[in-house]
Amino acid sequence: MNLFEYSRPEDPSTAAKAGSADGASYIAGGTNLVDLMKLGIARPTRLVDVNRLDLAKIEWRSDGVLRIGAAARNSNLAADPGVRARFPMLSRAILSGASGQIRNVASTAGNLLQRTRCPYFYDGVSPCNKREPGKGCSATDGFNRIHAILGATDACIATHPSDMAVALLALGATVVTLKADGQTGRIALDDLYRLPGDTPNIETNLKSGELITHVELAAPPSGARQIYRKVRDRASFAFALVSVGGIVAMENGRIASAALAFGGLAPKPWRDPEVEQLLVGQAPSTEAFEAAADCLLKDAKGRGDNSFKIPLVRRTLIACLRDLTIDGAEA
Amino acid sequence: MQFNINGQTHEVEADIRTSLLDLLRDHLNLTGSKKGCDHGQCGACTVLVNGRRINSCLALAVMHQDDAITTIEGVGEAGRPMQQAFVDHDAFQCGFCTSGQICSALGMVGEVKAGWPSLVTADLEATAVLTPEEARERMSGNICRCAAYPNIIDAVMDATGDGR
Ligand SMILES: Cc1cc2nc3c(=O)[nH]c(=O)nc-3n(C[C@H](O)[C@H](O)[C@H](O)COP(=O)(O)OP(=O)(O)OC[C@H]3O[C@@H](n4cnc5c(N)ncnc54)[C@H](O)[C@@H]3O)c2cc1C
Ligand code: SF4
Repeated sequence: MNLFEYSRPEDPSTAAKAGSADGASYIAGGTNLVDLMKLGIARPTRLVDVNRLDLAKIEWRSDGVLRIGAAARNSNLAADPGVRARFPMLSRAILSGASGQIRNVASTAGNLLQRTRCPYFYDGVSPCNKREPGKGCSATDGFNRIHAILGATDACIATHPSDMAVALLALGATVVTLKADGQTGRIALDDLYRLPGDTPNIETNLKSGELITHVELAAPPSGARQIYRKVRDRASFAFALVSVGGIVAMENGRIASAALAFGGLAPKPWRDPEVEQLLVGQAPSTEAFEAAADCLLKDAKGRGDNSFKIPLVRRTLIACLRDLTIDGAEA
Repeated sequence: MQFNINGQTHEVEADIRTSLLDLLRDHLNLTGSKKGCDHGQCGACTVLVNGRRINSCLALAVMHQDDAITTIEGVGEAGRPMQQAFVDHDAFQCGFCTSGQICSALGMVGEVKAGWPSLVTADLEATAVLTPEEARERMSGNICRCAAYPNIIDAVMDATGDGR
Protein backbone atom coordinates (compact mmCIF):
# COMPACT_ATOMS: atom_id res chain seq x y z
CA MET A 1 0.00 0.00 0.00
CA ASN A 2 1.23 3.48 -0.85
CA LEU A 3 1.52 6.21 1.77
CA PHE A 4 -1.29 8.74 2.05
CA GLU A 5 -2.35 11.79 3.98
CA TYR A 6 -5.50 11.28 6.00
CA SER A 7 -8.10 13.91 6.78
CA ARG A 8 -11.48 13.74 8.43
CA PRO A 9 -13.40 16.92 7.63
CA GLU A 10 -16.49 17.83 9.63
CA ASP A 11 -18.58 19.44 6.89
CA PRO A 12 -19.35 18.52 3.28
CA SER A 13 -18.00 21.69 1.67
CA THR A 14 -14.57 21.25 3.28
CA ALA A 15 -14.67 17.62 2.19
CA ALA A 16 -15.58 18.50 -1.41
CA LYS A 17 -12.59 20.85 -1.56
CA ALA A 18 -10.23 18.31 -0.01
CA GLY A 19 -11.60 15.66 -2.35
CA SER A 20 -10.72 17.64 -5.45
CA ALA A 21 -7.01 17.81 -4.58
CA ASP A 22 -4.60 15.81 -6.73
CA GLY A 23 -4.56 12.12 -5.85
CA ALA A 24 -7.42 12.45 -3.37
CA SER A 25 -10.05 9.80 -2.80
CA TYR A 26 -13.03 9.69 -0.45
CA ILE A 27 -13.22 6.82 1.96
CA ALA A 28 -16.43 5.67 3.65
CA GLY A 29 -16.58 2.07 4.90
CA GLY A 30 -13.33 1.28 3.12
CA THR A 31 -14.49 -2.25 2.32
CA ASN A 32 -13.69 -1.81 -1.35
CA LEU A 33 -11.10 0.94 -1.33
CA VAL A 34 -8.87 -0.53 1.39
CA ASP A 35 -8.99 -3.87 -0.39
CA LEU A 36 -7.86 -2.24 -3.66
CA MET A 37 -5.19 -0.21 -1.87
CA LYS A 38 -3.74 -3.34 -0.26
CA LEU A 39 -3.36 -4.79 -3.74
CA GLY A 40 -1.84 -1.60 -5.10
CA ILE A 41 -4.68 -1.19 -7.61
CA ALA A 42 -5.98 2.01 -6.02
CA ARG A 43 -3.20 4.40 -5.00
CA PRO A 44 -4.74 7.51 -3.51
CA THR A 45 -2.23 9.88 -1.94
CA ARG A 46 -4.89 11.60 0.17
CA LEU A 47 -7.78 9.93 1.89
CA VAL A 48 -10.74 12.10 2.79
CA ASP A 49 -12.86 10.33 5.40
CA VAL A 50 -16.57 11.08 4.88
CA ASN A 51 -17.76 9.51 8.12
CA ARG A 52 -17.91 12.77 10.08
CA LEU A 53 -20.05 14.69 7.61
CA ASP A 54 -23.38 13.91 9.21
CA LEU A 55 -24.47 12.10 6.06
CA ALA A 56 -25.67 8.88 7.68
CA LYS A 57 -29.34 9.75 8.09
CA ILE A 58 -32.26 8.03 6.39
CA GLU A 59 -35.12 10.52 6.29
CA TRP A 60 -38.59 10.83 4.76
CA ARG A 61 -39.35 14.25 3.43
CA SER A 62 -42.86 15.62 3.81
CA ASP A 63 -43.42 15.11 0.05
CA GLY A 64 -42.87 11.37 0.49
CA VAL A 65 -39.34 11.35 -0.92
CA LEU A 66 -36.85 9.12 0.89
CA ARG A 67 -33.51 10.84 1.38
CA ILE A 68 -30.72 8.40 2.06
CA GLY A 69 -27.45 9.78 3.39
CA ALA A 70 -24.35 8.85 1.40
CA ALA A 71 -22.73 7.49 4.57
CA ALA A 72 -25.77 5.54 5.80
CA ARG A 73 -24.66 1.96 6.38
CA ASN A 74 -26.08 -0.69 4.09
CA SER A 75 -27.31 -2.67 7.11
CA ASN A 76 -29.18 0.32 8.56
CA LEU A 77 -30.77 1.10 5.22
CA ALA A 78 -31.94 -2.50 4.73
CA ALA A 79 -33.36 -2.62 8.27
CA ASP A 80 -35.10 0.77 8.18
CA PRO A 81 -38.78 0.07 8.90
CA GLY A 82 -39.99 2.53 6.25
CA VAL A 83 -37.68 1.04 3.62
CA ARG A 84 -38.84 -2.47 4.47
CA ALA A 85 -42.47 -1.40 4.13
CA ARG A 86 -42.27 0.76 1.00
CA PHE A 87 -39.13 -0.37 -0.84
CA PRO A 88 -38.88 -4.07 0.07
CA MET A 89 -36.84 -4.78 -3.08
CA LEU A 90 -34.18 -2.39 -1.81
CA SER A 91 -33.98 -4.16 1.54
CA ARG A 92 -33.81 -7.53 -0.21
CA ALA A 93 -31.15 -6.39 -2.66
CA ILE A 94 -28.92 -5.07 0.11
CA LEU A 95 -29.47 -8.14 2.28
CA SER A 96 -28.51 -10.37 -0.65
CA GLY A 97 -25.12 -8.66 -0.92
CA ALA A 98 -21.84 -9.30 0.89
CA SER A 99 -21.99 -10.39 4.56
CA GLY A 100 -23.37 -9.02 7.83
CA GLN A 101 -19.93 -7.68 8.72
CA ILE A 102 -19.45 -5.88 5.40
CA ARG A 103 -22.98 -4.44 5.29
CA ASN A 104 -22.37 -3.01 8.76
CA VAL A 105 -19.71 -0.65 7.41
CA ALA A 106 -20.48 -0.39 3.69
CA SER A 107 -22.06 2.96 2.83
CA THR A 108 -24.64 4.04 0.26
CA ALA A 109 -22.16 5.98 -1.90
CA GLY A 110 -19.38 3.43 -1.48
CA ASN A 111 -21.70 0.67 -2.58
CA LEU A 112 -22.70 2.58 -5.74
CA LEU A 113 -19.06 3.32 -6.56
CA GLN A 114 -17.56 -0.10 -5.80
CA ARG A 115 -15.31 -1.37 -8.57
CA THR A 116 -15.70 -4.47 -10.69
CA ARG A 117 -14.77 -7.94 -9.46
CA CYS A 118 -13.08 -8.90 -12.76
CA PRO A 119 -10.25 -11.17 -11.60
CA TYR A 120 -7.81 -9.70 -14.14
CA PHE A 121 -8.47 -6.21 -12.83
CA TYR A 122 -7.86 -7.53 -9.33
CA ASP A 123 -4.73 -9.57 -9.99
CA GLY A 124 -2.68 -6.45 -10.63
CA VAL A 125 -0.55 -7.99 -13.41
CA SER A 126 -2.68 -9.17 -16.35
CA PRO A 127 -3.25 -6.67 -19.15
CA CYS A 128 -6.36 -4.70 -18.19
CA ASN A 129 -7.62 -1.52 -19.87
CA LYS A 130 -9.49 -0.49 -16.77
CA ARG A 131 -6.39 -0.64 -14.58
CA GLU A 132 -3.85 0.38 -17.22
CA PRO A 133 -5.51 2.00 -20.26
CA GLY A 134 -4.17 0.75 -23.58
CA LYS A 135 -2.79 -2.54 -22.26
CA GLY A 136 -5.64 -4.65 -23.61
CA CYS A 137 -8.30 -6.77 -21.96
CA SER A 138 -7.43 -10.21 -20.64
CA ALA A 139 -11.04 -11.21 -20.16
CA THR A 140 -12.37 -11.02 -23.74
CA ASP A 141 -10.50 -14.22 -24.62
CA GLY A 142 -9.90 -15.37 -21.06
CA PHE A 143 -11.94 -16.72 -18.19
CA ASN A 144 -15.04 -14.58 -18.50
CA ARG A 145 -17.75 -16.45 -16.66
CA ILE A 146 -18.78 -13.42 -14.56
CA HIS A 147 -18.47 -10.90 -17.39
CA ALA A 148 -20.93 -8.76 -19.31
CA ILE A 149 -23.26 -9.78 -22.14
CA LEU A 150 -24.72 -6.29 -22.68
CA GLY A 151 -23.17 -2.82 -22.96
CA ALA A 152 -19.58 -4.10 -23.13
CA THR A 153 -16.94 -3.41 -25.77
CA ASP A 154 -13.80 -5.27 -26.77
CA ALA A 155 -11.96 -2.82 -24.54
CA CYS A 156 -13.66 -4.10 -21.40
CA ILE A 157 -16.35 -6.61 -20.54
CA ALA A 158 -16.36 -6.15 -16.77
CA THR A 159 -19.66 -6.07 -14.85
CA HIS A 160 -20.73 -3.71 -12.12
CA PRO A 161 -21.10 -5.87 -9.03
CA SER A 162 -23.58 -3.97 -6.85
CA ASP A 163 -26.91 -5.46 -5.84
CA MET A 164 -28.15 -2.30 -4.14
CA ALA A 165 -27.61 -0.24 -7.29
CA VAL A 166 -29.88 -2.57 -9.28
CA ALA A 167 -32.79 -2.01 -6.89
CA LEU A 168 -32.13 1.74 -6.75
CA LEU A 169 -32.08 1.91 -10.54
CA ALA A 170 -35.44 0.16 -10.88
CA LEU A 171 -36.81 2.52 -8.23
CA GLY A 172 -35.62 5.53 -10.24
CA ALA A 173 -33.11 6.90 -7.73
CA THR A 174 -31.47 10.30 -8.05
CA VAL A 175 -27.94 10.90 -6.80
CA VAL A 176 -27.36 14.25 -5.10
CA THR A 177 -23.84 15.62 -5.06
CA LEU A 178 -21.75 18.53 -3.87
CA LYS A 179 -19.04 19.85 -6.18
CA ALA A 180 -15.77 21.46 -5.16
CA ASP A 181 -17.12 24.89 -6.15
CA GLY A 182 -20.02 24.50 -3.71
CA GLN A 183 -22.68 23.74 -6.34
CA THR A 184 -25.10 20.90 -5.78
CA GLY A 185 -25.66 18.40 -8.55
CA ARG A 186 -28.48 15.96 -9.26
CA ILE A 187 -27.86 12.93 -11.46
CA ALA A 188 -30.30 10.16 -12.35
CA LEU A 189 -28.63 6.96 -11.16
CA ASP A 190 -28.59 5.64 -14.73
CA ASP A 191 -26.48 8.65 -15.75
CA LEU A 192 -24.05 8.25 -12.86
CA TYR A 193 -22.40 5.36 -14.68
CA ARG A 194 -20.69 5.38 -18.07
CA LEU A 195 -20.43 2.50 -20.47
CA PRO A 196 -16.83 1.46 -21.15
CA GLY A 197 -16.54 2.50 -24.81
CA ASP A 198 -12.78 2.65 -25.30
CA THR A 199 -12.14 4.30 -21.91
CA PRO A 200 -13.19 1.68 -19.36
CA ASN A 201 -10.98 3.40 -16.79
CA ILE A 202 -13.55 6.23 -16.61
CA GLU A 203 -16.53 4.67 -14.85
CA THR A 204 -18.78 7.53 -13.78
CA ASN A 205 -19.84 11.01 -14.82
CA LEU A 206 -18.78 12.51 -11.49
CA LYS A 207 -16.39 15.46 -11.71
CA SER A 208 -13.11 15.39 -9.85
CA GLY A 209 -13.86 15.74 -6.15
CA GLU A 210 -17.62 15.58 -6.61
CA LEU A 211 -18.96 14.29 -3.30
CA ILE A 212 -22.10 12.18 -3.19
CA THR A 213 -24.20 13.49 -0.30
CA HIS A 214 -27.54 11.71 -0.72
CA VAL A 215 -29.56 9.34 -2.81
CA GLU A 216 -33.25 10.19 -3.22
CA LEU A 217 -36.18 7.91 -3.96
CA ALA A 218 -39.67 9.05 -4.86
CA ALA A 219 -42.58 7.08 -3.45
CA PRO A 220 -43.34 3.98 -5.54
CA PRO A 221 -46.68 3.70 -7.38
CA SER A 222 -49.18 2.51 -4.81
CA GLY A 223 -50.10 -1.13 -4.97
CA ALA A 224 -47.09 -2.01 -7.14
CA ARG A 225 -45.38 -5.30 -6.43
CA GLN A 226 -41.62 -5.39 -6.00
CA ILE A 227 -39.08 -8.17 -6.35
CA TYR A 228 -35.32 -8.64 -6.17
CA ARG A 229 -34.03 -11.99 -7.32
CA LYS A 230 -30.34 -12.88 -7.34
CA VAL A 231 -28.86 -15.98 -8.95
CA ARG A 232 -25.39 -16.97 -7.81
CA ASP A 233 -22.99 -19.85 -7.31
CA ARG A 234 -23.75 -20.31 -3.62
CA ALA A 235 -26.83 -19.43 -1.63
CA SER A 236 -25.22 -16.67 0.43
CA PHE A 237 -22.16 -14.39 0.44
CA ALA A 238 -21.50 -14.44 -3.31
CA PHE A 239 -21.81 -11.86 -6.06
CA ALA A 240 -24.67 -12.14 -8.56
CA LEU A 241 -24.31 -14.06 -11.79
CA VAL A 242 -27.52 -12.35 -12.80
CA SER A 243 -30.06 -10.45 -10.78
CA VAL A 244 -33.39 -8.83 -11.51
CA GLY A 245 -35.00 -5.99 -9.60
CA GLY A 246 -38.53 -5.20 -10.66
CA ILE A 247 -41.53 -3.13 -9.70
CA VAL A 248 -44.81 -3.62 -11.54
CA ALA A 249 -48.25 -2.09 -11.02
CA MET A 250 -51.37 -3.80 -12.39
CA GLU A 251 -54.69 -2.27 -13.41
CA ASN A 252 -57.72 -4.26 -14.53
CA GLY A 253 -55.61 -7.32 -15.19
CA ARG A 254 -53.08 -5.46 -17.31
CA ILE A 255 -49.61 -4.12 -16.60
CA ALA A 256 -50.00 -0.40 -15.86
CA SER A 257 -46.33 0.35 -15.20
CA ALA A 258 -43.12 -1.67 -15.09
CA ALA A 259 -39.58 -0.84 -14.10
CA LEU A 260 -36.94 -3.55 -14.42
CA ALA A 261 -33.24 -3.41 -13.69
CA PHE A 262 -30.61 -6.09 -14.06
CA GLY A 263 -27.35 -6.95 -12.32
CA GLY A 264 -24.49 -9.10 -13.53
CA LEU A 265 -25.26 -8.40 -17.18
CA ALA A 266 -23.45 -5.19 -17.99
CA PRO A 267 -20.75 -2.69 -17.00
CA LYS A 268 -23.44 -0.81 -15.11
CA PRO A 269 -26.72 -1.74 -13.50
CA TRP A 270 -28.85 -2.21 -16.61
CA ARG A 271 -32.25 -0.82 -17.48
CA ASP A 272 -33.88 -0.92 -20.89
CA PRO A 273 -36.92 1.35 -21.37
CA GLU A 274 -37.95 -0.57 -24.51
CA VAL A 275 -38.46 -3.72 -22.48
CA GLU A 276 -40.66 -1.85 -20.04
CA GLN A 277 -42.69 -0.15 -22.80
CA LEU A 278 -43.31 -3.52 -24.40
CA LEU A 279 -44.90 -4.79 -21.19
CA VAL A 280 -47.12 -1.83 -20.38
CA GLY A 281 -50.73 -2.44 -21.39
CA GLN A 282 -50.23 -6.19 -21.72
CA ALA A 283 -52.08 -8.86 -19.80
CA PRO A 284 -49.57 -11.19 -18.15
CA SER A 285 -48.77 -14.11 -20.46
CA THR A 286 -45.82 -16.30 -21.32
CA GLU A 287 -45.75 -14.76 -24.80
CA ALA A 288 -45.59 -11.21 -23.43
CA PHE A 289 -42.83 -12.16 -21.00
CA GLU A 290 -40.85 -13.95 -23.70
CA ALA A 291 -41.16 -10.95 -25.97
CA ALA A 292 -39.79 -8.79 -23.14
CA ALA A 293 -36.84 -11.16 -22.70
CA ASP A 294 -36.20 -11.20 -26.48
CA CYS A 295 -36.14 -7.41 -26.46
CA LEU A 296 -33.76 -7.26 -23.48
CA LEU A 297 -31.39 -9.72 -25.12
CA LYS A 298 -31.52 -8.57 -28.75
CA ASP A 299 -27.96 -7.20 -28.60
CA ALA A 300 -26.63 -9.70 -26.06
CA LYS A 301 -23.22 -11.13 -26.83
CA GLY A 302 -21.83 -14.15 -25.04
CA ARG A 303 -18.07 -14.64 -25.09
CA GLY A 304 -17.78 -18.27 -24.10
CA ASP A 305 -17.74 -18.80 -20.38
CA ASN A 306 -20.43 -16.18 -19.82
CA SER A 307 -22.80 -17.29 -22.60
CA PHE A 308 -24.91 -19.18 -20.04
CA LYS A 309 -26.09 -15.81 -18.75
CA ILE A 310 -28.27 -15.33 -21.84
CA PRO A 311 -30.66 -18.23 -21.10
CA LEU A 312 -30.24 -17.69 -17.35
CA VAL A 313 -31.43 -14.10 -17.36
CA ARG A 314 -34.24 -15.00 -19.76
CA ARG A 315 -35.58 -17.58 -17.31
CA THR A 316 -35.02 -15.34 -14.29
CA LEU A 317 -36.81 -12.41 -15.91
CA ILE A 318 -39.79 -14.52 -16.92
CA ALA A 319 -40.04 -16.02 -13.43
CA CYS A 320 -39.88 -12.57 -11.87
CA LEU A 321 -42.53 -11.17 -14.21
CA ARG A 322 -44.79 -14.05 -13.32
CA ASP A 323 -44.37 -13.36 -9.61
CA LEU A 324 -44.90 -9.65 -10.15
CA THR A 325 -48.10 -9.95 -12.15
CA ILE A 326 -49.94 -13.11 -11.28
CA ASP A 327 -52.08 -13.19 -8.14
CA GLY A 328 -51.05 -15.86 -5.75
CA ALA A 329 -47.46 -15.85 -7.00
CA GLU A 330 -44.77 -14.75 -4.56
CA ALA A 331 -44.78 -10.98 -4.04
CA MET B 1 -2.87 7.21 17.71
CA GLN B 2 -5.19 6.46 20.60
CA PHE B 3 -7.57 3.54 20.85
CA ASN B 4 -10.20 2.19 23.19
CA ILE B 5 -9.90 -1.57 23.06
CA ASN B 6 -11.68 -3.96 25.42
CA GLY B 7 -12.35 -1.07 27.78
CA GLN B 8 -8.71 0.05 27.96
CA THR B 9 -7.07 3.06 26.38
CA HIS B 10 -3.99 2.34 24.30
CA GLU B 11 -1.50 4.83 22.86
CA VAL B 12 0.06 3.30 19.79
CA GLU B 13 2.64 4.59 17.39
CA ALA B 14 1.87 2.98 14.06
CA ASP B 15 2.13 3.53 10.32
CA ILE B 16 -0.96 5.29 8.94
CA ARG B 17 -1.56 2.32 6.64
CA THR B 18 -2.04 -0.12 9.54
CA SER B 19 -5.28 -2.10 9.38
CA LEU B 20 -7.28 -2.50 12.56
CA LEU B 21 -6.43 -6.21 12.43
CA ASP B 22 -2.67 -5.58 12.24
CA LEU B 23 -2.95 -3.02 15.03
CA LEU B 24 -4.58 -5.60 17.27
CA ARG B 25 -2.27 -8.48 16.40
CA ASP B 26 1.09 -6.87 15.74
CA HIS B 27 1.01 -3.80 17.99
CA LEU B 28 -1.12 -4.92 20.93
CA ASN B 29 -0.49 -8.64 20.87
CA LEU B 30 -4.21 -9.36 20.80
CA THR B 31 -3.79 -12.36 18.54
CA GLY B 32 -7.26 -13.84 19.07
CA SER B 33 -8.47 -12.07 15.95
CA LYS B 34 -7.08 -14.06 13.05
CA LYS B 35 -5.78 -13.10 9.65
CA GLY B 36 -7.32 -15.57 7.20
CA CYS B 37 -7.79 -13.99 3.80
CA ASP B 38 -7.12 -10.31 4.68
CA HIS B 39 -9.79 -9.32 2.11
CA GLY B 40 -13.09 -9.53 4.01
CA GLN B 41 -13.95 -12.90 2.53
CA CYS B 42 -13.50 -15.25 5.50
CA GLY B 43 -14.59 -13.46 8.68
CA ALA B 44 -11.74 -14.75 10.89
CA CYS B 45 -10.83 -11.16 11.78
CA THR B 46 -14.32 -10.20 12.98
CA VAL B 47 -14.38 -7.81 15.93
CA LEU B 48 -17.08 -5.61 17.45
CA VAL B 49 -16.89 -1.87 16.90
CA ASN B 50 -19.39 0.01 19.05
CA GLY B 51 -21.17 -3.33 19.34
CA ARG B 52 -21.37 -3.94 15.58
CA ARG B 53 -19.49 -6.78 13.94
CA ILE B 54 -17.03 -5.78 11.23
CA ASN B 55 -14.05 -7.24 9.37
CA SER B 56 -11.04 -5.66 11.05
CA CYS B 57 -8.84 -6.50 8.04
CA LEU B 58 -10.69 -4.04 5.80
CA ALA B 59 -10.67 -1.25 8.40
CA LEU B 60 -7.91 1.33 8.67
CA ALA B 61 -6.98 1.69 12.35
CA VAL B 62 -6.65 5.45 11.99
CA MET B 63 -10.39 5.65 11.23
CA HIS B 64 -11.36 3.97 14.51
CA GLN B 65 -9.68 6.10 17.14
CA ASP B 66 -12.96 7.21 18.70
CA ASP B 67 -14.66 3.84 18.67
CA ALA B 68 -15.11 1.21 21.38
CA ILE B 69 -13.44 -1.91 19.98
CA THR B 70 -14.11 -5.34 21.44
CA THR B 71 -12.06 -8.37 20.45
CA ILE B 72 -12.51 -12.00 21.46
CA GLU B 73 -10.16 -11.29 24.38
CA GLY B 74 -12.62 -8.69 25.68
CA VAL B 75 -16.06 -10.22 25.16
CA GLY B 76 -16.25 -10.84 28.93
CA GLU B 77 -19.30 -12.15 30.76
CA ALA B 78 -21.61 -11.20 27.90
CA GLY B 79 -19.67 -13.52 25.61
CA ARG B 80 -19.30 -16.43 28.03
CA PRO B 81 -22.49 -18.35 27.09
CA MET B 82 -21.56 -18.24 23.39
CA GLN B 83 -18.00 -19.38 24.13
CA GLN B 84 -19.27 -22.20 26.35
CA ALA B 85 -21.79 -23.29 23.70
CA PHE B 86 -18.98 -23.55 21.12
CA VAL B 87 -17.08 -25.84 23.53
CA ASP B 88 -20.18 -27.89 24.42
CA HIS B 89 -21.13 -28.43 20.78
CA ASP B 90 -17.62 -29.10 19.50
CA ALA B 91 -18.18 -26.18 17.12
CA PHE B 92 -14.65 -26.20 15.69
CA GLN B 93 -11.90 -28.51 14.58
CA CYS B 94 -8.72 -26.51 13.99
CA GLY B 95 -10.11 -23.46 15.81
CA PHE B 96 -8.70 -20.83 13.46
CA CYS B 97 -12.05 -19.31 12.57
CA THR B 98 -13.53 -19.66 16.06
CA SER B 99 -12.84 -16.26 17.57
CA GLY B 100 -14.24 -14.63 14.45
CA GLN B 101 -17.26 -16.94 14.55
CA ILE B 102 -17.94 -16.06 18.19
CA CYS B 103 -17.53 -12.30 17.73
CA SER B 104 -19.71 -12.51 14.63
CA ALA B 105 -22.36 -14.54 16.47
CA LEU B 106 -22.44 -12.01 19.32
CA GLY B 107 -22.90 -9.15 16.86
CA MET B 108 -25.48 -11.14 14.91
CA VAL B 109 -27.58 -11.80 18.04
CA GLY B 110 -27.63 -8.04 18.65
CA GLU B 111 -28.89 -7.50 15.09
CA VAL B 112 -31.73 -9.98 15.61
CA LYS B 113 -32.62 -8.29 18.92
CA ALA B 114 -32.69 -4.95 17.11
CA GLY B 115 -35.25 -6.50 14.74
CA TRP B 116 -33.08 -6.49 11.62
CA PRO B 117 -34.30 -8.83 8.88
CA SER B 118 -32.09 -11.11 6.80
CA LEU B 119 -32.43 -12.31 3.21
CA VAL B 120 -34.27 -15.43 4.38
CA THR B 121 -36.76 -13.53 6.56
CA ALA B 122 -40.03 -14.31 4.75
CA ASP B 123 -41.94 -11.27 5.98
CA LEU B 124 -39.72 -8.20 6.01
CA GLU B 125 -42.13 -6.38 8.30
CA ALA B 126 -42.47 -9.12 10.92
CA THR B 127 -40.24 -9.31 13.99
CA ALA B 128 -37.19 -11.39 13.16
CA VAL B 129 -36.85 -14.68 15.06
CA LEU B 130 -33.59 -16.59 15.09
CA THR B 131 -34.06 -20.01 13.50
CA PRO B 132 -31.28 -22.31 12.29
CA GLU B 133 -32.01 -21.17 8.72
CA GLU B 134 -31.72 -17.54 9.82
CA ALA B 135 -28.51 -18.28 11.71
CA ARG B 136 -26.95 -19.92 8.64
CA GLU B 137 -27.76 -16.95 6.43
CA ARG B 138 -26.67 -14.36 8.98
CA MET B 139 -23.39 -16.18 9.71
CA SER B 140 -22.44 -16.65 6.04
CA GLY B 141 -19.64 -14.09 6.34
CA ASN B 142 -17.70 -16.53 8.51
CA ILE B 143 -16.09 -19.35 6.61
CA CYS B 144 -14.99 -22.52 8.41
CA ARG B 145 -12.33 -24.42 6.49
CA CYS B 146 -13.06 -27.56 8.54
CA ALA B 147 -16.78 -27.23 7.74
CA ALA B 148 -17.90 -27.42 11.37
CA TYR B 149 -21.00 -25.53 10.29
CA PRO B 150 -23.67 -27.88 11.74
CA ASN B 151 -22.07 -27.66 15.19
CA ILE B 152 -21.52 -23.91 14.90
CA ILE B 153 -25.24 -23.44 14.19
CA ASP B 154 -26.11 -25.76 17.09
CA ALA B 155 -23.85 -23.71 19.38
CA VAL B 156 -25.35 -20.42 18.26
CA MET B 157 -28.89 -21.69 18.73
CA ASP B 158 -28.01 -23.13 22.14
CA ALA B 159 -26.38 -19.91 23.35
CA THR B 160 -29.40 -17.91 22.27
CA GLY B 161 -31.77 -20.14 24.21
CA ASP B 162 -33.20 -21.97 21.22
CA GLY B 163 -31.03 -25.07 21.39
CA ARG B 164 -32.22 -28.11 19.48
C1 LIG C 1 -15.94 -10.30 0.36
C2 LIG C 1 -16.87 -9.28 -0.23
C3 LIG C 1 -18.08 -9.67 -0.78
C4 LIG C 1 -18.95 -8.74 -1.30
N1 LIG C 1 -20.13 -9.15 -1.86
C5 LIG C 1 -20.99 -8.22 -2.40
C6 LIG C 1 -22.22 -8.61 -3.01
O1 LIG C 1 -22.58 -9.79 -3.04
N2 LIG C 1 -23.00 -7.65 -3.54
C7 LIG C 1 -22.65 -6.33 -3.51
O2 LIG C 1 -23.41 -5.50 -4.00
N3 LIG C 1 -21.49 -5.94 -2.95
C8 LIG C 1 -20.66 -6.85 -2.40
N4 LIG C 1 -19.47 -6.45 -1.87
C9 LIG C 1 -19.05 -5.07 -2.04
C10 LIG C 1 -19.50 -4.15 -0.95
O3 LIG C 1 -20.90 -3.96 -1.06
C11 LIG C 1 -18.74 -2.83 -1.14
O4 LIG C 1 -17.39 -3.08 -0.80
C12 LIG C 1 -19.27 -1.72 -0.28
O5 LIG C 1 -20.62 -1.46 -0.57
C13 LIG C 1 -18.45 -0.46 -0.50
O6 LIG C 1 -18.89 0.54 0.39
P1 LIG C 1 -17.82 1.31 1.31
O7 LIG C 1 -18.55 2.37 2.04
O8 LIG C 1 -17.05 0.37 2.14
O9 LIG C 1 -16.92 1.95 0.17
P2 LIG C 1 -15.42 2.46 0.19
O10 LIG C 1 -14.52 1.29 0.02
O11 LIG C 1 -15.19 3.37 1.35
O12 LIG C 1 -15.44 3.35 -1.14
C14 LIG C 1 -15.71 2.79 -2.41
C15 LIG C 1 -15.59 3.92 -3.44
O13 LIG C 1 -16.59 4.90 -3.22
C16 LIG C 1 -16.01 6.20 -3.11
N5 LIG C 1 -16.85 6.97 -2.17
C17 LIG C 1 -17.24 6.59 -0.94
N6 LIG C 1 -18.07 7.50 -0.40
C18 LIG C 1 -18.18 8.52 -1.32
C19 LIG C 1 -18.92 9.75 -1.36
N7 LIG C 1 -19.70 10.14 -0.35
N8 LIG C 1 -18.83 10.51 -2.47
C20 LIG C 1 -18.06 10.13 -3.53
N9 LIG C 1 -17.34 8.98 -3.53
C21 LIG C 1 -17.41 8.18 -2.45
C22 LIG C 1 -14.60 5.96 -2.63
O14 LIG C 1 -13.74 7.01 -3.01
C23 LIG C 1 -14.26 4.66 -3.36
O15 LIG C 1 -13.85 4.94 -4.66
C24 LIG C 1 -18.60 -7.36 -1.29
C25 LIG C 1 -17.39 -6.97 -0.73
C26 LIG C 1 -16.53 -7.90 -0.20
C27 LIG C 1 -15.24 -7.45 0.40
S1 SF4 D 1 -12.89 -6.95 -18.50
FE1 SF4 D 1 -12.30 -4.83 -18.02
S2 SF4 D 1 -11.57 -5.03 -15.93
FE2 SF4 D 1 -11.50 -7.10 -16.77
S3 SF4 D 1 -9.47 -7.37 -17.72
FE3 SF4 D 1 -10.81 -6.59 -19.31
S4 SF4 D 1 -10.45 -4.38 -19.20
FE4 SF4 D 1 -9.76 -5.18 -17.26
